[in-house]
Amino acid sequence: MKREAKRTGVFTRRALLLAAGQMGALGLLGTKLYQVQVVEGARYATLAETNRVSTRLIAAPRGRLLDRFGETVAGNRSNWRALLVAEQTADVGGTLDNFSRIVPLADHERARIDREVRRHRRFIPVVVRDFLTWEDMARIEVNAPDLPGILVDVGTTRLYPLGSTLAHVVGYVAPPNEDDVAEDPMLALPGLRIGRAGVEKYHDLALRGRAGAVQFEVNAVGRLIREMDRQEGSQGQDIALTIDAGLQKSVLERLGEESASAVVLDCRNGEVLAMATNPSFDPSVFNSGVSQAQWIEWTSNRRAPLINKAAAGLYAPGSTYKMVVALAGLEAGAISQGERLNCPGYLDLGDTRFHCWNKGGHGMLDLRGALKNSCDVFFYEVARRTGIDRLATMSNRFGLGVRLDIELPGARKGLVPTRGWRLAQGKAWNLGDTVVHGIGQGFLQLTPLSLAVMAARLATGRAVQPHLTRTVGGVLQKGARPEDWPQLGLPERDLRAVREGMWQVVNEPGGTAPVARLTIPGVQMAGKTGSTQVRRVSREQRERGFKSENLPWEFRPHALFVAFAPYDAPRYALSVVVEHGNAGAATAGPVARDIMTNVLTRDPVGRREPPARVAEGATPGPAAAPPGRDGPR
Amino acid sequence: MSILERRLIRETSFGLTSKLWRISWTLVLLLCALAGVGYAALYSAGGGSPEPYASRHILRFGFGLVLMLSIALVDIRFIARLSWPAYAGAVTLLVLVLRMGHTGKGAQRWIELAGMQWQPSELMKIALVMALASWFHKASWERMGNPLFLIPPALAVALPVALILKEPNLGTAVITATVGAAVFLAAGVRWWKVGLATAGTGLVMPLAYNHLHDYQRARITTFLNPESDPLGAGYNIIQSKIALGSGGMWGKGYLQGTQAHLNFLPEKQTDFIFTMLAEEFGFVGGLALLGLLALIVLSAMSIALRCRHQYGRLLALGIAMNFFLYVFVNVAMVMGAIPVGGVPLPLVSHGGSAMIMVMASFGLLMSVHVHRDVEFSDGRDEV
Repeated sequence: MKREAKRTGVFTRRALLLAAGQMGALGLLGTKLYQVQVVEGARYATLAETNRVSTRLIAAPRGRLLDRFGETVAGNRSNWRALLVAEQTADVGGTLDNFSRIVPLADHERARIDREVRRHRRFIPVVVRDFLTWEDMARIEVNAPDLPGILVDVGTTRLYPLGSTLAHVVGYVAPPNEDDVAEDPMLALPGLRIGRAGVEKYHDLALRGRAGAVQFEVNAVGRLIREMDRQEGSQGQDIALTIDAGLQKSVLERLGEESASAVVLDCRNGEVLAMATNPSFDPSVFNSGVSQAQWIEWTSNRRAPLINKAAAGLYAPGSTYKMVVALAGLEAGAISQGERLNCPGYLDLGDTRFHCWNKGGHGMLDLRGALKNSCDVFFYEVARRTGIDRLATMSNRFGLGVRLDIELPGARKGLVPTRGWRLAQGKAWNLGDTVVHGIGQGFLQLTPLSLAVMAARLATGRAVQPHLTRTVGGVLQKGARPEDWPQLGLPERDLRAVREGMWQVVNEPGGTAPVARLTIPGVQMAGKTGSTQVRRVSREQRERGFKSENLPWEFRPHALFVAFAPYDAPRYALSVVVEHGNAGAATAGPVARDIMTNVLTRDPVGRREPPARVAEGATPGPAAAPPGRDGPR
Repeated sequence: MSILERRLIRETSFGLTSKLWRISWTLVLLLCALAGVGYAALYSAGGGSPEPYASRHILRFGFGLVLMLSIALVDIRFIARLSWPAYAGAVTLLVLVLRMGHTGKGAQRWIELAGMQWQPSELMKIALVMALASWFHKASWERMGNPLFLIPPALAVALPVALILKEPNLGTAVITATVGAAVFLAAGVRWWKVGLATAGTGLVMPLAYNHLHDYQRARITTFLNPESDPLGAGYNIIQSKIALGSGGMWGKGYLQGTQAHLNFLPEKQTDFIFTMLAEEFGFVGGLALLGLLALIVLSAMSIALRCRHQYGRLLALGIAMNFFLYVFVNVAMVMGAIPVGGVPLPLVSHGGSAMIMVMASFGLLMSVHVHRDVEFSDGRDEV
C-alpha cells in the first residue's frame, strides 16, 4: 500500500506539473495572440486592405491632332476584336476550330493564342483577332452558339486620314516598351499606343491624357468580386497644328516623284503651314507592327522615306547662304552698300584658284548685283574679309546651326563651323575654308527647315521660331502673333539691300531665276537659288566640259531655293530642296514658284481658324524669351 | 484496502445506470460547445452556408458522441487487455501505409477506409499511450528505477516514431514522441534520466535536420523568416498573420472576415480555422476559444488525477496530453510561432477521420472516469 502511495504521489505531482506546463503554454499563446491581433493589428489591417483591393486602370482616349482649320489629321477609330475567355468554354481547341471556319486563323496566330491562354488565368480574355471587319463581326455574332467563350468588344486604334501626306510631321504611334510602362502604368493596358515620332511623340503626354481607375474587391486569385470606387480619367487633349492640310497635299503633289522636301512658313509668326517630305510612308502601319519586308524596303531605299528630310535632312546651303554672308560683311564693315568688286571668273588665294560658276567672270558688281547673278568671287572676297566666326554668329542669328523650337523630336540643328569647332577636331582653320563658306559650301550642313526660317527672318527682320502647335485643348499657344517675336536687331538698310538683291534674282532680266517669277498680277516674289555639289569637281572634269546631268543620280548636285512673298508685304517664306536635282534655278525654282502661287491664291475667305482661347498669363507685346511650345496640360 | 473501499468498487463496477451517472457530463458539455464553435466556423468557411462543411461536421460529431459514450461504458480492464493488440494493429497499419498508402502533398499518410481517409498515425498515438499505460501499470516506484525495465517501452515509442518520420510526417512524429515522453514522466522515470534524455535529444536535433526533407526544412526556414519567400512557403504564415492582425480586438463580425472569404487564407476550413474565427471575432473571440480548449485539457487532466489505478491515470494523462498538443501546435502554427505542420484543430477543423479519432480517445478517457474506482490489480500481490 505504501509503495502504491509513493507511485500515486509521484504521478499526482508530475501530472500537476504537466498541467501547469500546459496552461502556461496556452497562456503564452494567448499573449502571442494579443501581440499579433492588438499590438500589431493596425499594420496587418493595412496589409489586409492591399490584399483585397485591386485597382484597374481605364484607358483615356488619345487626343486628336487637327490641322489649323480643324480637319482631323490623327484620330481614333473603333477596333472591333474577338476575345476568348478560356473558362467559358469546355474545349478551347474546339472553339478555335469553329472560329477558324468563320475567320481563318493562321498557324502562328493559333500558337500565340494557345500560349497566351496557358499564361493567363482562365477568366482573363485573350485577343483572338484584331481589326475585324463588319462582315466578320456579324458572322461571329450569328454563330455565337458554336463559339462558347468568344466575345466581341471594341477598342480604339489610331487613324491617320491624310495617310502619308503628313506622316513626317504627325509621326506615328506604336506599342509601348517596358520603360514606358514603368513611367505610366496606363500604358500596360492592352491596345494602348505611345507616340514614337513627330508631334505624336513631342506632345505625347498632352495627347495621352490621364487614366481613370476602378477599384475592385478581388479574391486571392484575382477574380473580381465587386466594384468599390471609380475615378474618371481625363481624355487626351486635342491639338490643333499650324499645318494647312490642303496646302500640305498640294505641296507634296508638286514635289512629284523627286526625293525632295519643302517647308512653307508664315513668316510673320513662324507657323509651319506645310512641311512636305517625299517620298513618305503610311504612319498607320506602325499601329499593328511593321512587317520585316516593309522594314527592309524602307531602310534600303536610297530616298530614305522614313527620314523627315525637311527637319532632319542635312545639305550644304550653297548660294542660298549668300544673303547671310552679305549681312555679316555689312555688319562687320568688310564691305559697304555701294562698294563694287571685280569678278574675273576666279579668285587666287596663295597657289589655290577658286572658280566662279561663270568662267568668264561677272566684272564689276555691287552687293545687289552679286546676289542677282549669284557671283561666287564676290562672296569669296566678302567671306575672306569678314572671317568665319563672324559668319557663324550671323548664321546663328538667322536660325542656322542652332536648335530650333520645332516640335519634332527628330529635328537636327545642322552645322555652322567656327574656328573653335575646327580646333576641337585637332585641325587648324585655313583661310581657304573661310572662302568656300562664302558660297555656302565647306563644312556647312543645314536643314531645309532652317533655310525657310532664314528666309522668314530676312523678310521680317524678326527672330521667329518655326512651330507646329496652334492650340492645345483649345488654348492658343504663345507665338501666334508677330509681336510675340523679338526683332533681330539688324539695320533695316542692310536687310533692304539683301531683299532687293533677292528681288532682282527673280524679277530682273539677267537674274539667275527668272523662271521663278510669279504670274499673279501685282504680287512679286523674292528668292535665291542654290546648287550644291555632293562631289568635288576635278580640274580635269572641268576642262573636259563637265555636265552634271550626265552623272549618276546620287552624284548629281542638290537643287535649292529659298523665297518669300509678297515682296512688299512679306507673308510667306519657303524653302525647297530637291535632292540631286542638278541646278537650283532649273529644278527648285519652278517648284518654289508653283508652291508660292498656290499659297498666295488659296482663298482664305470662309476658312476661318476655329476660335481659340488665349493662354492665361500671355501678355501682349514682344516676348523676352523664345516662347515655349508647352501649353497648359 | 479498507472494506469500505472494496464495497464501493464492487458496487460501481456494474450497472448501466450508475455508469451513466459517473460519466463526466461537464466534459461532454464542453466537447459539445467546442463542436458547436466548429459548426459556426465551418458555416462561415462555407461562405455562410452549412454546405459543404458544417452540416457534415455536426453529423460526424453526433456519430462521434455516440461512439464516445459507447466506449465510456466498456470496462477499463477489458480495454487494458486490448492495449498491446491495438499497438500491434496500429504498427501494422503504419507499415501498410508506407507500402501502399495514398500519397497526399508529398507524403504517404493516408489509408482509404469506409469512404474516409484515415491517418494510422492518429490511431498509433492512442494505441501507444494504451501500450505504455499497460506496461507501466505493473511498475512499482522501485521498478521504475531499473533502466532495463525502461528499455522495452522506449523501443515501443521509438518504433512508431521512426515509421511516422518515414512517411514523412515530422509534426505527428514529434507529437507522438512528446506524448510518449509525458507518459514516461508521469509513470515515475527518475528526473536525472529525464534530464539525460532531454540533453540527448538536444544533441541529436542538428543531426536530424540534415535528414529532413526539403519541404520540412523549408517550413523551418520560413518559420524563422516568413518574409523570405512571401509567395512560396511563407505565404500561408504571412496571410494567416494578416488575417489575424486585421481582426483586431473585436473582430470584423461573423461572416465578415475578408481575408478568409476572399481566399487569401489558405485551407481555412482545416488547418487555419482558428485564424478565420479570430479574424471574425477578434482577440476576444480567439481568447475565449483558447479558454474553452484550456478547460477541456484541464478536465481531462483532472480525470487522470482522480483515477485510482495506474493504467487509467496514465491513459487519461496521455490522451489529455495528445489533445493539448493538437491544440498547441495548431494555434501556435497559425500565429507563426512554430513551423507549419498540417495539424488540425480538434473538433473544429473540417475532417472526418480526425474527429472520429479524437472522439474515440475521449471515449477511452471517459471509460477511465467511469471506472476510476474499480479494483484493477497490477498483477502483483500488493500486500
